[in-house]
Amino acid sequence: MNLKDVQRLLDAKVLAGEQYLDRQIETCCGSDMMSDVLAFTKRNTLLCTGLTNMQVVRTADMTELGAIVFVRSKTPDSEIVEAAAEDMLPVLVTEYTMFEACGILYGAGISGCSKRGKKK
Amino acid sequence: MSENKSVKLAFDCAGGDFERAGEASAKIKKMLQRLGIPADCVRRIAIGTYEAEMNVIIHAGGGNVAAEVFPDATVITVSDHGPGIPDINKALQEGWSTAPDYVRQMGFGAGMGLPNMQKCSDEFDIQSKVGEGTVIVMKFKHQSEDL
Repeated sequence: MNLKDVQRLLDAKVLAGEQYLDRQIETCCGSDMMSDVLAFTKRNTLLCTGLTNMQVVRTADMTELGAIVFVRSKTPDSEIVEAAAEDMLPVLVTEYTMFEACGILYGAGISGCSKRGKKK
Repeated sequence: MSENKSVKLAFDCAGGDFERAGEASAKIKKMLQRLGIPADCVRRIAIGTYEAEMNVIIHAGGGNVAAEVFPDATVITVSDHGPGIPDINKALQEGWSTAPDYVRQMGFGAGMGLPNMQKCSDEFDIQSKVGEGTVIVMKFKHQSEDL
C-alpha cells in the first residue's frame, strides 16, 4: 500500500511530505526506542512512534525510513517537522494509540520487520 | 576519486549535545551519496556512524567522528575523551547498557549500539582505556549488501 492508504486507514493528518504520499510501504515498526529502529528496520519502513524529539528524524534519515506516524495525537515541534520536510520524509499524526495504529496497519497487510513478522 | 586518493571529512562532537547529535553522521552520509557510493552501503555506514556518534554524545565528554572514503571502502574512526569502557566484552553484549534514564527516555541506551556497529561494518575494532577514552574503527566495503 502507499502512504495515502496509510493516511486513510489511520485518519491521519499530514504535517510534512504531502507530495510523497504515493510512496509504497511494505513494512512497519512501532517503537519509541530509536536503538531498536536503528537495529531492526529495513529501508522504506514506516515508523509509528510516540517519541517527538529531533532524534526520531535523524534516525529516520540514517535508516532511510519511508515515513513517520506520530500516534496518540502527539505533535512534534515545527523545527522537527521542517527537518523531516528537508529530508523528504512524510510526517503524519493519528489519534490512534500505538497498539491500535500498528494493529490497523498489520491487519491491512503491512508486514513487520522481522522474518516472523513478514506477511504471507 | 583516483585509485590511490581518499576523501576525508571529520567533525568534533560535544558530549551531551543532543540538539546537534547526528549532524556529523548526516553530513558524512550526504558526502557518500555525492561520491556515488552504493545506496545499501551508504545506509550501513550511516547507521554505524550514527550509533558511534550517539555513544560519544551519551557517554563521553566529547570526541571526534572522522570518515575516510577510498575507492573500494570507507573507514569511520570515532574517538572520545573518556571515561572509557571497563569491560569491552560486556559492552558488546546486546542489551547491556550503562545509559542513564534520561537517555532511555530519548529513545537510546537499549544496549544495541556496539552490536549494531559490528553488524553493519565489515571490520570492527574497539580499543578503550578507563580514564582516557575509546577509539572505534569501522571499515565498510563498497559492495551492495542490504541489512
